[in-house]
Amino acid sequence: MKAMVAVKRVIDYNVKIRVRSDGSGVETAGVKMSMNPFDEIALEEAVRLKEAGTVSEVIAVSMGASACQETLRTALAVGADRAILVETDADLQPLAVSRMLSVLAKREEVSLLFLGKQAIDDDANQTGQMAAGFLGWPQGTFLSSLKVDGTHLVVEREVDGGLESLRLAIPAVLTADLRLNEPRYASLPNIMKAKKKPLETVTPADLGVDPAPRLKVLSLAEPPARAGGIRVPDVATLVAKLHSEAKVI
Amino acid sequence: MAQLVLADHDGVTLRPATLNTVTAALALGPEVHILVAGSGVGSVAREAAAINGVSKVLTCDDERYRHLLPEALAPLIASVAGRYTHVLAPATTFGKNVMPRAAALLDVAPISEISAVVDASTFVRPVYAGNALATVQSADALKLITVRGTAFDAAGTGAGSASLESVPAADATEGASWLSEQMTQSARPELTAAKIIVSGGRGVGSRENFALIEALADALNAAVGASRAAVDAGFVPNDYQVGQTGKIVAPSLYIACGISGAIQHLAGMKDSGVIVAINKDEEAPIFQVADYGLVADLNKAIPELIDALKR
Repeated sequence: MKAMVAVKRVIDYNVKIRVRSDGSGVETAGVKMSMNPFDEIALEEAVRLKEAGTVSEVIAVSMGASACQETLRTALAVGADRAILVETDADLQPLAVSRMLSVLAKREEVSLLFLGKQAIDDDANQTGQMAAGFLGWPQGTFLSSLKVDGTHLVVEREVDGGLESLRLAIPAVLTADLRLNEPRYASLPNIMKAKKKPLETVTPADLGVDPAPRLKVLSLAEPPARAGGIRVPDVATLVAKLHSEAKVI
Repeated sequence: MAQLVLADHDGVTLRPATLNTVTAALALGPEVHILVAGSGVGSVAREAAAINGVSKVLTCDDERYRHLLPEALAPLIASVAGRYTHVLAPATTFGKNVMPRAAALLDVAPISEISAVVDASTFVRPVYAGNALATVQSADALKLITVRGTAFDAAGTGAGSASLESVPAADATEGASWLSEQMTQSARPELTAAKIIVSGGRGVGSRENFALIEALADALNAAVGASRAAVDAGFVPNDYQVGQTGKIVAPSLYIACGISGAIQHLAGMKDSGVIVAINKDEEAPIFQVADYGLVADLNKAIPELIDALKR
């Protein structure tokens, strides 16, 4: 069976984002971009299934500007076999992305559609669930463990306060949480090899999807800054302050 | 038209975040209904009917909803949504799991984890792990929303006297079945629900030394967290991680021990009520967000702190 993995190009998680002063968005000029960390985990899981012989092919998909090719090359270096870029300058939102992913998953006849549980830029945590809704497939979200059991999957999900185990029929949509695995780094030889792997470019129109956003972002603002605190000289003062001033203990 | 709140519950009682979601729904209009789906959920429905401001409880009591799987629940939400202007759920793992799936069935762009209501179609939501606040406007006639519980007060209970209406079950999507759950059996509170959190970073030094952090947490009846550096160093498991790629927390008191204050960690805890930093490096960025900073070796300061708390 084939697996598809959606990978998003986002501002690197170590970058302190800066909101543009006119509130129109986040400064991206000269900012380091990387693969969304949750997508790295999703990709790692798919590649491990390929290495175990469970999955025959791993297809990486990204959507957006042509610069997303970099993210796809990273995915190919980690172990994806080929890549598809849905190229568009539209402001892509989860509804359109999940619709396009569902079209691609059907076109490529994949059995497993992997995503990160959320992207660290819009923090929406929607795309996997919506793709599952469009496809009519079962969904295993926020996964901390995944086992293939013949025609089914046994998954463990991170839920508030613990874990939940589900049995899912294949095909299914799966979204990765932090504990699912520890993603590898691409080796230099694999980075070189990735340059020769196939990368197909399509447009939203090719997939029959209108990518226009339904949510209008009116403005983006910095959250209120924390007022500066004080230094305390010793533990006794700290305890006294927490007790009588902050009243939190 | 009214607003519908999807109840999060464990089959016996409502999860508290449902009450905060009712408050967000009441900010959109005076008529708020609650949907309680599940199997044998009479007690949950009665509890929901007593929430102040709720005028009707829709119940759908059917075996297919026993474990609130989204494959069953999303079609039910879609079947009743036409009666409402807004459908809201708490941004718990339950709400986050089911609402986008329902949105796909309804062809609506859902709005995740709102922290404020501006008007009936305009909402504020944190993005970039809370490092920016986006004001978004929905163009859809129906709005599907998840609500960040810490951003709204809990609705009162006891004064409500909502009517009950049973709604028919909807066809579930096949293919998912529930096997089991393992809820964390810790005497300590859960990280995202704790009032006090004690977190350790790379400065704790070793896995063994993390016992100090745990001892302080126990002295305060607090949850234990960690920075990504501490997780990467193997001191604690991944699910302790507070930060942009870990858990986002907002306790009333956050005590950061041996944590330098990397951006990715600050993103996960800077909405805490009071932040205390204990670090021997007086230049550590954590001191810029701390209400109380103590420049000290945590190996000395934490035992002293535990002693002082016991007195």
